[in-house]
Amino acid sequence: MKAKIIEHSEVAAIFNKDVKRVDWHDETLWFVREKRDKAAFQIPEWELLRETASKIKNNVLSNIHKYLVEFETNALKNGVIVHWAADADEHNKIVHSIIENHGVKQMVKSKSMLTEECHLNEYLSEKGIDVIDSDLGERIVQLRKEPPSHIVLPAIHLKKEDVSETFHEHLGTEKGNNDPQYLTEAARMHLRDTFLTRKVALTGVNFAIAETGEIVVCTNEGNADMGVHLADVHIACMGFEKLIPQRKHLGVFLRLLARSATGQPITTFSSHFKTPRDGKEMHIVIVDNGRSTQLGREDFRNSLKCIRCGACMNTCPVYRRSGGHSYHNAVAGPIGSILAPNLDMSKNADLPFASTLCGSCTNVCPVKIDIHDQLYKWRQVLVKEGHSPTAKTIAMKGMATVLANPMVFDLAGKAGRFAMKNIPAVVNNSLNPWYKQREMPAPPEESFREWYKKNGKESKDKRHE
Amino acid sequence: MKIGLFIPCYVDQFYPNVGIATYELLQKLGCDVSFPMGQTCCGQPMANSGYEHLTKGCDANFIANFANFDYIVCPSGSCVLHVKEHLHDDKNEALATQMRQRVFELTEFITDVLKVEKIPGNFPYKVGLHQSCHGQRGLKLSQMSELNAPYFSKPVQLLSNIEGIDLVSLSRKDECCGFGGTFCVTEEAISVKMGQDRIKDHEKHQVEYITGGDMSCLMHLEGILKREKSPIKIIHIAEILNSSL
Repeated sequence: MKAKIIEHSEVAAIFNKDVKRVDWHDETLWFVREKRDKAAFQIPEWELLRETASKIKNNVLSNIHKYLVEFETNALKNGVIVHWAADADEHNKIVHSIIENHGVKQMVKSKSMLTEECHLNEYLSEKGIDVIDSDLGERIVQLRKEPPSHIVLPAIHLKKEDVSETFHEHLGTEKGNNDPQYLTEAARMHLRDTFLTRKVALTGVNFAIAETGEIVVCTNEGNADMGVHLADVHIACMGFEKLIPQRKHLGVFLRLLARSATGQPITTFSSHFKTPRDGKEMHIVIVDNGRSTQLGREDFRNSLKCIRCGACMNTCPVYRRSGGHSYHNAVAGPIGSILAPNLDMSKNADLPFASTLCGSCTNVCPVKIDIHDQLYKWRQVLVKEGHSPTAKTIAMKGMATVLANPMVFDLAGKAGRFAMKNIPAVVNNSLNPWYKQREMPAPPEESFREWYKKNGKESKDKRHE
Repeated sequence: MKIGLFIPCYVDQFYPNVGIATYELLQKLGCDVSFPMGQTCCGQPMANSGYEHLTKGCDANFIANFANFDYIVCPSGSCVLHVKEHLHDDKNEALATQMRQRVFELTEFITDVLKVEKIPGNFPYKVGLHQSCHGQRGLKLSQMSELNAPYFSKPVQLLSNIEGIDLVSLSRKDECCGFGGTFCVTEEAISVKMGQDRIKDHEKHQVEYITGGDMSCLMHLEGILKREKSPIKIIHIAEILNSSL
């Protein structure tokens, strides 16, 4: 059973107790945001690229039924075995059955946020299958039994000292040796052995090309290729929104993806997988898991344009200061906050509120998802569907009444200012979250409207009559 | 040209000087401006909390107060953005639509409608400009750091013409201060941390004043500055522009 979800604000408050660590986390991710800016601004047609990518993805979403069939047909022609999974459970069962059919108990996996979304590792581990994540960051968090805190930089919440400690415990590295070179070498040796002994390799999919039936996987470490080329069976898992119509469209996305993600011009490897090698097997699992529901939500469907670059997380001032785990969802940050309520409204009702609606996410998004507008819209949906605390609803109703009535508003304002001035303890107390680390504004002698009554044009006109 | 002065509810109650500065400034710029006494709030606090359906009363009141003006001008990017995006009238949507187009934030009204490029004056201090997100990214008062697009800034254009002002260039030019409406209490820890970090940026550049177009951001920053007993003061952009004339 899953533990009870702790709300974003609560986890964020705990994260903020270590000021130095929050500062480090914020600055590290801001550095990535700045790298993204540099890379993006070197391309004069950057904004046009974003617009083009957005339109291609809009076309994909509007014709998904057609592209999915085209993709399947071509993949089958290429000798690939194609599976369809309606939800996470079916996805996990399919993967498990493939592994079981080959009589193996171990699998190597390169990065796939979809399998995180489906909780594949837990599922397989319960079935006695040993899964090793081969992406370095993913391996680190896997050893620590933590979920990734970022979709591109899974271990970004950890410092090299933390990694050293983890590797010392699990891989037997020297205690206290924090040298990144040394630690990476240790991981490399450990993973090499994994690559050589695994018969089944699972990868994610960055892009699936309908026209050719091939998939493209983008990595920096080459771990996807290493896993696949040394295994007998390749399983590639993809959400159905990963489709793009034609090969020629790939360039648009490859130019945007790495620049947006890390500020690199392109990932080190953009690997195309089309047909299984002789005597080997290649499977593609196409997953829905709530995507068709999201596609049917007019206000939220274009969240499915996402290419998982993580730029919205790096730029988000809230994410940078609350850490990925505070979002209790496989995909964290602003994009996670508009995807998660689709999967489970009651569990994720806090997430669309974990934002100031500053809009920076929308501006960096390489496929132009209106992320902050969708956050606003999710708030409306969540309240209407009853996922808002009763006390908040009562307060809001009271507020709405006062603010709709000028006389009451005037009186309430006067009473409030009077109280603040004469009995400041009514607001300056520990029950007022504003006051915890901030002073209240000093209540003035008179409101603007009181001043205007005496000094405004109308009263002056009267005096001149 | 009749101008309706729209003063945000919390500015009315807590920062009357900002309302006075805006009123006087517009008058000095030759506008026929008046403040409809029945106005309250644009409804944003409810809407951003997910209760947009409770803002019909605010909408009706806003329309009743401002329907007869040629322009509606407000010293807040955030409230203006809310009206621009969400003002509706079930009975007369055409009017609401028209009003959404007639509402302006103060600096954009000065630069775009009045076409005043320069307001003479003197403010001999080191000043940091806090760009409110709703003014900047919502109303596009300034170019946004995320976009690969030419620079412009309506508030900077006005401020930089003030004599003696030393407008610093912040390390993070348009990062959110963390106010965020009810976010400031529901996500208190992050909200305060964001505000503290913004202030550090201004401190690093040794500013004497933090100015901006939205009093809500400034109120949040002021609360932190006062708690930290910082000598840095906050001042709304209308107060700087008005003191100069």
